[in-house]
Amino acid sequence: MRKVIKVENLSKAYQLGNFSTGTISRDLERFWARIRGEEDPFLKIGEVNDPSIKGVSDVVWSLRDINFEIEQGDAVGIIGRNGAGKSTLLKILSRVTSPTGGSIKIKGRVSSLLEVGTGFHPELSGRENIFLNGTILGMRRAEIQSKFDEIVDFAGIERYIDTPVKRYSSGMYVRLAFAVAAHLESEILIVDEVLAVGDAEFQKKCLGRMGDISKGEGRTVLFVSHNMDSVRALCNRGILLNNGSVLFKGAVDDAIRNYLSNSIDEQINTSVSNVTLNSEVVLELFEINKAAIISHEDLEFTIRVKSAHINHFSSAAILVYDEIDQKVAFFDLRCKALYEQSDRTERIEISGTLKNLPLLPGVYKLAIHIQSVLLYKDFMDLIRFEVLQKPLPDDNLAYPLHVRGRTEIDYDFSIKQGLF
Amino acid sequence: MKDLTEDDWDIEITSKNDVFDLKLRDVWQYRDLLLLLVKRDFVTFYKQTVLGPIWFFVQPVITIIMYSVVFGHLAGIPTDGVPMPLFYLAGTIIWNYFADCLTKTSTVFRDNAAVLGKVYFPRLIMPLSIVLSNLIKFGVQLILFVVLIIFYWLKGTVIIPNMLVLLFPLLILLIAAQGLGLGMIISAVTTKYRDLTFIVSFGVPLLMYTTTVIYPLSVVLQKFHNYSWLIKLNPVTAVVETFRYGFLGKGSFDLELLAYCCVITACILVAGTIVFNRVEKNFVDTV
Repeated sequence: MRKVIKVENLSKAYQLGNFSTGTISRDLERFWARIRGEEDPFLKIGEVNDPSIKGVSDVVWSLRDINFEIEQGDAVGIIGRNGAGKSTLLKILSRVTSPTGGSIKIKGRVSSLLEVGTGFHPELSGRENIFLNGTILGMRRAEIQSKFDEIVDFAGIERYIDTPVKRYSSGMYVRLAFAVAAHLESEILIVDEVLAVGDAEFQKKCLGRMGDISKGEGRTVLFVSHNMDSVRALCNRGILLNNGSVLFKGAVDDAIRNYLSNSIDEQINTSVSNVTLNSEVVLELFEINKAAIISHEDLEFTIRVKSAHINHFSSAAILVYDEIDQKVAFFDLRCKALYEQSDRTERIEISGTLKNLPLLPGVYKLAIHIQSVLLYKDFMDLIRFEVLQKPLPDDNLAYPLHVRGRTEIDYDFSIKQGLF
Repeated sequence: MKDLTEDDWDIEITSKNDVFDLKLRDVWQYRDLLLLLVKRDFVTFYKQTVLGPIWFFVQPVITIIMYSVVFGHLAGIPTDGVPMPLFYLAGTIIWNYFADCLTKTSTVFRDNAAVLGKVYFPRLIMPLSIVLSNLIKFGVQLILFVVLIIFYWLKGTVIIPNMLVLLFPLLILLIAAQGLGLGMIISAVTTKYRDLTFIVSFGVPLLMYTTTVIYPLSVVLQKFHNYSWLIKLNPVTAVVETFRYGFLGKGSFDLELLAYCCVITACILVAGTIVFNRVEKNFVDTV
């Protein structure tokens, strides 16, 4: 495969705060430094872009020494937290702004979709806006003409094609805008999170179309999104940015795993130890073997409780809560062995496997319920794990969560072939 | 598939910027966009109006009526023997074209920040589209001017255009270049310092009085001979004077003045493009 994008030592500095009085004198200083062939005096003191730390200098590096290469036909997901530099990278790639240092080399035409409907004029009709928007995105007029019917069809707005777009519903507006963009012919397509628009059905259509572009037509797609499901569905490579530098580049699944373990660090913890449950009982250990599973995978757990003296257990359970603290499952751990063991010793250890977890993607919290002589209580939110979307057959995209009910049931199906 | 060597890349994005590289090839690639932007400006100008394109005539007509009353009759400023409406209209349409190009171009980055911040296309397209769409407006008003000439001619007034009419394309080029060049210089500075926009908003109407729109150059030469160089310094003056002389056969033609105007215009245009080119790459960060 040949390389189509090569990014070398790319850096971008931004100046924080206001441009007002004082900028002109600083500009003169810069100018003077440049004449003498020196480095910009205000860039030397730049620092890493971490919004939570108040910096000394008001120059911040949004990107610093980024290096990567992209091959033809790759669909690359660019992921990272807010402020990691994703948008800046896209802006530089799409030549909206220029880097402070380093270079990008590109082979082929680039179209960027940092927003849908750029340049739409409310007074103009759908037809006129298709042409205007298309040419803004770099298409030739004849090209648009030849694809016109396809575009209108994709957007599904034949009836309104000669109505000014200011009278469109917001859904129609977005559909039309995306339809134009979806028919771009450039070799490289750069897409920001524009898919966060429209209804679920249309989102699916958009992602499907983008999948066609990269997989079917062999063009290169760069895609920025916070939605890991769409990134996984669409991309085969991933670049993980953090504080303006590349943290990981490689296969998309690894990048996402890396991002999740990185970004939900504070959220996900797979074990707790020595939690004081009350003055006489300590939860020595509660752990699970994985931070993230795919729906229907198993999860192994271990619970170790130590009491100050013999403490009869009459019940124990693991409770599963979702992100909004709704209880989604209950695992009963009562058994004769538990009662007997707790009568014999101060230490109880329970281990086991939660099988085929039928959970929808998301973060889940585990709680423990203990009913004993010394202690009778639920202990909420002790550890957390994440459930990831199971890949669907034929590269289908998963439906959004809100339409999928509460459980993910394992199933099988087939289509009867032939005529009958 | 052949292996790529280092110089096979189509696009190279770096922090350095060749100020003399106007990316005219890019502009040519995007010529359809240029035309559509012009069409957009033209069409949206009269959308949802009853009179439609007639509005292009209303402004100059009312302007020349006002000028005739105030400057012609009230102040009694002579018009070189040309009927007042013709005299004022000639100056007004040229001046308006210049002023529209200048003011619109000077705010081009701010007005189009939403589009320019999201998509790449050669930035030069935007000011060029301004110059072209105003050229259409100018053309429509020129028709009004010609109709008025014919009207006076039928009435029996002696109006003899001369060979200098042939300079008309050059004059248009000059006035467009002046508006564009100055506008680009101002636009470049205003991305960072908004102060200049205030100067433009009151300065451009005032600047009209330093141009021979409402008075002929002959009057200035006669009354303020020592200061007439100030009026001549203004490059628009040469264009207005030559335009009037060519179409109406009255007034003055000064080859030296026109030559000076050409030189100054070229300087303004070159300076404007260089400054514009410097700014266009990063204006998104500051505008």
